[in-house]
Amino acid sequence: MTDLLRTALYDFHIANGGKMVPFAGYDMPVQYPLGVMKEHLHTRSSAGLFDVSHMGQVALTSSQGLEAVMLALETLVPVSVAGLKADRQRYGIFTNDDGGILDDLMIANTGDHLFLVVNAACKAQDIAHLRANLPDHVTVTEITDRALLALQGPKAEAALARIVPHVTSMRFMDSHRVSVDGAQWWISRSGYTGEDGFEISIPAEIAENVATQLVAMDEVELIGLGARDSLRLEAGLCLYGHDIDATTSPVEGNIAWAIQGIRRKGGAREGGFPGAARILAELEKGADKLRVGLLPQGRAPMREGTPLFATAESTDQIGAVTSGGFGPSVAGPIAMGYLPIDFAADGVEIFAELRGKRLPVTVAPMPFRPSTYKR
Amino acid sequence: MKFTEEHEWLRVEDDLVVVGITEHAAAQLGDVVFIELPDEGITVTKDEEVCVIESVKAASDILAPLDGEIVEVNTALVDDPSKVNEDAIGDAWFFKMKIDDLSVLDDFMDEAEYKALVG
Repeated sequence: MTDLLRTALYDFHIANGGKMVPFAGYDMPVQYPLGVMKEHLHTRSSAGLFDVSHMGQVALTSSQGLEAVMLALETLVPVSVAGLKADRQRYGIFTNDDGGILDDLMIANTGDHLFLVVNAACKAQDIAHLRANLPDHVTVTEITDRALLALQGPKAEAALARIVPHVTSMRFMDSHRVSVDGAQWWISRSGYTGEDGFEISIPAEIAENVATQLVAMDEVELIGLGARDSLRLEAGLCLYGHDIDATTSPVEGNIAWAIQGIRRKGGAREGGFPGAARILAELEKGADKLRVGLLPQGRAPMREGTPLFATAESTDQIGAVTSGGFGPSVAGPIAMGYLPIDFAADGVEIFAELRGKRLPVTVAPMPFRPSTYKR
Repeated sequence: MKFTEEHEWLRVEDDLVVVGITEHAAAQLGDVVFIELPDEGITVTKDEEVCVIESVKAASDILAPLDGEIVEVNTALVDDPSKVNEDAIGDAWFFKMKIDDLSVLDDFMDEAEYKALVG
């Protein structure tokens, strides 16, 4: 077994009873003594603190200025980067030449340069991809001396405002740099739970102190990767490598909303990203399959890989579950997966095969639980 | 009460063997969210998969600890799987079996032996 990496909060997780598991090369807490179910529900009703320091933090700067970096990044992502205002962030994807997805990420405009947050499992590949494909005037810097925390839930604002009063002025997808006691906090009002909340990049050396202050507050509990997964699943958010990957296009993945009109056919900056031919065509005509929400009609959870069929008897598999489990806030099983376009409409009944039995599943809108972003 | 290496407990009540999972097993599984029980009246053989138990984390099986007939199942668990986490060795029994010879229970671990197994 190779040595697992540790975040700046490793000792803090152990001290707080975190049950550690390998995840994307890191030793990470899958749950704390509260357990996945209560951690999930606490995040929905109050506030949950997550260590997401395993994710990649990357700065893109250019000797030619911000505009040049933005246009350069547009050669690798199909979203409008140049249209991103200062102190704002948006969701993006790296695409490949086949129109598949290499990773999904957050892109923030700091007013001076771009700040990216990428998936832990993809970060080495993403950084290599950026260095290999961006022009020489762009410098790609992996930021390794900062921790990344997420504070999520309806009471996240009240909790964080005790330390950083400025956050009450932020709205969904704002990305601000705030000086707190001499330290630079990079805060965005965003997350991966469907809740209002914040993602907070802070110097690694203050991470334990900040986490300790936050969990000392009545509203805040520590939340592990287990509940992070059930929270994002209820929110209908993709997990890279499962719900989207190098073979699925953004249109198939049902994240075409991330591609602004200016990058689509007829837009001022149409195309110019890897896989544009396929993606632009699918944006016009639709794709052959689509990622959809799936609600099992019974109580049995349907997990990744569960095959899907058109009827209770048909032998030809039409799709598969890509993420699935139990939704604590929905109080029942939920899943997502790919279906041929003819089946990909809310209310359509299909069948999943579980332990040799065909069980009915209804195609359902996502999110499974309404999101509560502060727009 | 007797214990299996599969982390089940066995208790004799009215000449039937009542079967559940141990507190240790429940804690390892995490929050239980789904239980599928066998049909009453079926005959099972030792180590046959008879129940499905799913937690927020994963699915696992419960194996028949003995040859015999399933004479009663605890349908209350289907409605409220969280009983397994709350009262694993009490209310949260899974099924009752009729077996030919109750003396085979002597071969299973007692509480002290089971505790030694799970540390």
